[in-house]
Amino acid sequence: MFKDVAFGQYYPVNSPVHRLDARVKLLLTILFVVSIFFIRTYFGFMLTAAVLLVTILLARLPILSVLKSVRGILLIVAITAIINLFFIKEGEVLVQSGAIVITKTGVHTTIKMVLRLVLLISGASLLSLTTTPVQLADGLESLMAPLKLVRVPVRDIAMIMSIALRFIPTLFEETNKIIAAQKARGASFDTGGLLSRVKAMLPVLIPLFVNSFRRADELAFAMDARCYNATDKRTKMKKAKLGFGDLAAVLFIAGYFTVILLERYYFPTVGINIDVAIFGGLL
Amino acid sequence: MSAIEISNLSFVYSPKTPNEKQALKNINLSVEEGTFLGIVGATGSGKSTLIQHLNGLIKPQDKKRMSVVVNGMSAADRKTLKKLRFEVGMVFQYPEYQLFEDTVAKDVAFGPKNMKLEKDEIDRRVRRALEVVGLDYDKFAIRSPFDLSGGEKRRVAIAGVIAMQPKILVLDEPVAGLDPIGRKEILALVKKLQKEVSPTVIIVSHNMDDMAELADRIVALKDGEIIADGTPKRVFCNRRLIKEAGLDLPTATSLTDMLISRGVKLPNDIVTMAELARELGAALRRKLSVSASEEYEDREDFKEYDGGCGSEYDDRYEAGGCEYGEASDEGEERWDGEDENV
Repeated sequence: MFKDVAFGQYYPVNSPVHRLDARVKLLLTILFVVSIFFIRTYFGFMLTAAVLLVTILLARLPILSVLKSVRGILLIVAITAIINLFFIKEGEVLVQSGAIVITKTGVHTTIKMVLRLVLLISGASLLSLTTTPVQLADGLESLMAPLKLVRVPVRDIAMIMSIALRFIPTLFEETNKIIAAQKARGASFDTGGLLSRVKAMLPVLIPLFVNSFRRADELAFAMDARCYNATDKRTKMKKAKLGFGDLAAVLFIAGYFTVILLERYYFPTVGINIDVAIFGGLL
Repeated sequence: MSAIEISNLSFVYSPKTPNEKQALKNINLSVEEGTFLGIVGATGSGKSTLIQHLNGLIKPQDKKRMSVVVNGMSAADRKTLKKLRFEVGMVFQYPEYQLFEDTVAKDVAFGPKNMKLEKDEIDRRVRRALEVVGLDYDKFAIRSPFDLSGGEKRRVAIAGVIAMQPKILVLDEPVAGLDPIGRKEILALVKKLQKEVSPTVIIVSHNMDDMAELADRIVALKDGEIIADGTPKRVFCNRRLIKEAGLDLPTATSLTDMLISRGVKLPNDIVTMAELARELGAALRRKLSVSASEEYEDREDFKEYDGGCGSEYDDRYEAGGCEYGEASDEGEERWDGEDENV
């Protein structure tokens, strides 16, 4: 039943991007996402796509795996596109029939909006494709460290996150086992109306909850037995270290961000219309 | 007609992906009704995949070439699937983790209810199933299954399968995680179930001692293939094969090997403790009668033991002889281990 559910989309290959420090990847992903919102011109989008492509190639990911994550938001993209296309009434009118008006500004805005969303999701998915959930949790813990000053239990939050991530596959496995056991007693999960299907899930959900509580209890004991929380400062077995690759990545994305800022704030003030310069009469 | 007929069965997990794994390779197996079959094999040898084919939880991947037929029903046939599942009672590992109802009686009734039986019949079956597994109906029926002890929970779970009155009973590691007394009780229960409810029993186990003692026939799996098939004596005496399969010898067999290597004259096909006790007794007696027979002739207890066991070579023992072997050797040894853990 849950055979096709993929949890976490980590794509296990050894690449320079995979080896980057999770903290660096987190921050750079945020920077990348922010910069996408600064983009105004087609030039900016092209540059972003190029940066993305270079990163994908460096990460040795199949393009398909990145596009898969875009598939999940296709509906949102389509709705946004339709709204933009039909409801923007400014600018030169291209098509008009009855209540439907499509303007040149509308078309441009729509294309840019679609590009923005697709690039945004692709960029964000790169993070989860190249970073294991555990690395991510560790990275987040490290980044949230300053919050300790205002008494946020950063370490516990990070521990909760890693435990939750760790137990997703276990719970899936367990669910499958319970489903098999109840099926063996003649339960059926794919017949009848909605209500009877929901009811049919009870023999699965109840043992699943009971077992989760039992497991949580056992885990708590095990952690206690290993003196979790006995000392204020816990050391790490795998300590993340910043390397040359991290520096290169920071410079790469920072360079990209600078160009995007120039594109938005500098070029217009000095009267450069970069899109016209590149695409000419096409627009 | 055999109860179970499996031919050319292979199974691949996640085919055509990097995680592809061949779990079963060209399995051919037929099991006669009334057999007590033990399936042994190291972790990942395909035991669980194999037994899940028996009630259609996993379907043959290639319907033309492979077939799994149980009591005349094909496991690939959707129409008879439900009937098949009621005829093959499947008790999974740690079955107590699958209990879900608020009372024991309701949980045991889940299977019969799915069979769409009359209410009277359901009640009758629940009562009978609980009695067969050794739980007093009046005492346990209205209790919550979550308040019971580990061994009791397991009995309730087994009762839930027994209540469907399956013709074939399949148990995956039925004694895993139980204490020595619990183990003994559950194994005795399985024997009883074979007599009273399900004539054909299939057990998957890591415990070679239990298998040697209970099973009529052993099938050993390695990497998804059957590498041995025969009586416990035939399979377990092939020491090289058992080692190759990543299994342990029965305690009695390895103990025999140790004794033989120290010069005790014993047959090398001993697989149960009772057998070993008897053979060892005979060997001792031979030795003693040569050196100082007179002295021991007077001792009552020695004579008694001799009389209880007999010296004939036979697969069946009288109850007294069996009990003696288990209580003195197996029981004590296990308890020691338990204490260390605590």
